[in-house]
Amino acid sequence: MSALTRNKVPSAPAGGTAPAAVRRRSRRARVTAIAFALPALALLGALVGYPILFSVGRSLFDASGDRFVGLDNYQEMFTDPASLKAVRNTAIWVVAAPAVLTGVGLVLAVLTEKIRWATAFKLLIFMPMAVSFLAAGITFRLVYDQDPQRGVMNAVAVAVHDAFNDSSAYPGARPRGTDVMKESGNGGFQAVAQAEPGKDVTLGLVGLPPASLPQQARPAAPAQVSDDAVTGVVYLDFVPGGGGTPGAVDPQERGLPQMAVELTKGGEVVATTTTGDDGSFRFPDAGDGPYGVRLPPKNFAEPYTGIDWLGPTLVTPAIIGAYLWIWTGFSMVLIGAGLSSLPRETLEAARMDGASEWQIFRRITVPLLAPVLGVVFVTLVINVMKVFDLVYIIAPGPVQEEANVLALQMWLVSFGGGNNQGLGSAIGVVLLLLVLPVMALNIRRFRRSSR
Amino acid sequence: MTVQTAAPRPAPPTPPGGPAGRAPGRPSPAARLVAVLRGGLVQVLLTVVALVWLTPTAGLFVSSLRDADDNAGSGWWSALVHPGSLTFDNYSAILGDSGITQAFWNTVLISVPATAAVVVLAALAGYAFAWLEFPGRDWVFLVVVGMLVVPVQIGLLPVARLFGAVGLFGTTAGVVLFHVAYGLPFAIFLLRNYFAEIPREMLEAARMDGGSEWTIFRKLVLPVGRPAIASLAIFQFLWVWNDMLVALIFAGSDAQPLTVALQSQMRQFGANIDVLAPGAFLSLIVPLAVFFAFQRHFVEGVMAGSVK
Repeated sequence: MSALTRNKVPSAPAGGTAPAAVRRRSRRARVTAIAFALPALALLGALVGYPILFSVGRSLFDASGDRFVGLDNYQEMFTDPASLKAVRNTAIWVVAAPAVLTGVGLVLAVLTEKIRWATAFKLLIFMPMAVSFLAAGITFRLVYDQDPQRGVMNAVAVAVHDAFNDSSAYPGARPRGTDVMKESGNGGFQAVAQAEPGKDVTLGLVGLPPASLPQQARPAAPAQVSDDAVTGVVYLDFVPGGGGTPGAVDPQERGLPQMAVELTKGGEVVATTTTGDDGSFRFPDAGDGPYGVRLPPKNFAEPYTGIDWLGPTLVTPAIIGAYLWIWTGFSMVLIGAGLSSLPRETLEAARMDGASEWQIFRRITVPLLAPVLGVVFVTLVINVMKVFDLVYIIAPGPVQEEANVLALQMWLVSFGGGNNQGLGSAIGVVLLLLVLPVMALNIRRFRRSSR
Repeated sequence: MTVQTAAPRPAPPTPPGGPAGRAPGRPSPAARLVAVLRGGLVQVLLTVVALVWLTPTAGLFVSSLRDADDNAGSGWWSALVHPGSLTFDNYSAILGDSGITQAFWNTVLISVPATAAVVVLAALAGYAFAWLEFPGRDWVFLVVVGMLVVPVQIGLLPVARLFGAVGLFGTTAGVVLFHVAYGLPFAIFLLRNYFAEIPREMLEAARMDGGSEWTIFRKLVLPVGRPAIASLAIFQFLWVWNDMLVALIFAGSDAQPLTVALQSQMRQFGANIDVLAPGAFLSLIVPLAVFFAFQRHFVEGVMAGSVK
């Protein structure tokens, strides 16, 4: 119910016989009313109303504003690659974010009804709504940091990855020259000389900082040579401070423990082993050669460093993720309020009739909540179209163009160096056009409620 | 929070004589076991969600308490094992930085007037739209309702030109005016609807007693409208405090608020976490305090504004 119709000030008696005093009073009332409303309306007219008209006009002129170009700016929006990218990304935002947010909010709202600490939970999830996009942006730059030693997402990704895969111990190690070992393709190395039982294989590697060796590494020592075993040593062929003979095991040089070694015959791997603390390895019970000895690539693979969250491919989903963190509380609390106003008896009756929780949710809760879900969804769509700060803050400079959205592009074009006010105005007008349906909906809803 | 949790369902009375005495329709023990297990699952799930939600803020906070070397060398979570290395030095450093303290002060100088002005102007206009008669009133109000969803982007360029022409561009007053204008549609809408619910007899009685509209507004409408005004003030305050876009364009370097001062540091992200993390925390501590102090009003304001 609204006041539009019911608070009419008592009108002057009809028939034109109103005494002058009454007319004067009503004129004074009108002046008072205008004095109350005028400051706000003047400001709205000057800073909201006039700019809309100005922008529409300005969008029909070129960058400098001197030449009338018709709809060229609008055409440019959909042809110029940077603007087109912004249009596409805004579309992704509008399609994905409101739907996911409404869905997650609905699920959380239903689930929180089943716990005792619902108030604390809602407070916690709602809290990010109070925080600026800037602070949230800095927070998530940190969360998504590429370095697993800093970004929590990649720390988790690496932990999960390494739990299922052995991490390599010697990334970057390589033979000195190609006399002793050559590359065997895809990052492994192969001894040039053929191996046979009774002969020792000495494999020196360089390219590793001595400090990065595992603690258990001992001075290198070849395994005991015997007639029925292929033996050898893998060691770091480098003496700190200089000296030593390249290609030979010097006393200060340490073995490389836990190095995987493969024994091949005719190209086929026939045995595998790993080196001991002194770098020695031994393939016992080897028949007559010749054999090959290989250090497989898994010893040298670069360590897994996680996912490139803020790289060109994932940056938009990553920023949407940060947006979800901020807005889930909004949809959950609004839907929760709608949920608590549902008729309890209907739900209880359905429960009594043996309906499962899922059926109740699908057939009763969701349809009854439809109006609330609609309001939440529409509100989110409007807000998502205007998202600016979050993209500006989270996307690192080089990938900003990949993450671009309309509101950001509008700023870039008009203020952030583009200096094309014609195109900037056109983007502003398009953003306004996009919310026009909601504007009409609001007005209609209001008029209906006030009738 | 305003949102009530569901009333606890009455516990099913224990059947007096074991399963035999069970009334038809009561859940069997097995079904109840399933329900308990499912309840446990919900608890676990929501606990995980809560932890996930807490992690980003916790990370920012812990990072803000570690020195630059620690932040460069290891993840913030390693500080949870060695809490001894935490320090307030970053905070003393940025609080000693005149640029940051000035920006903080600028944020206050923008937020407080912008909030006060919106409340005053919207209360006056809201009362006029609800209870005073002037030509075209209903039509003008529909325009205000339409303005609820107008994006600020459409105003940036024209208002920048306008302010440039009258010498407001770059000033605190300009930033405040822009915020007031774009806060007004929602503010007027909220207060007008709230004021319209005041019983007609109350106002009529006051008018009969010869009170002027100004007196009625001050002595009757404002006190009655306090809850709505509180929600509005909190909502508007946070909106302005958290703004970056408007200030980025309209605030000159002397007037720039904390958000703008911090975003200019984003280019070196990674090397300056010891500045950004405490800075971000400084900027969010005021909204968080407001949020926890006035959660009810805040939630109500957000919900009322869900058409904005």
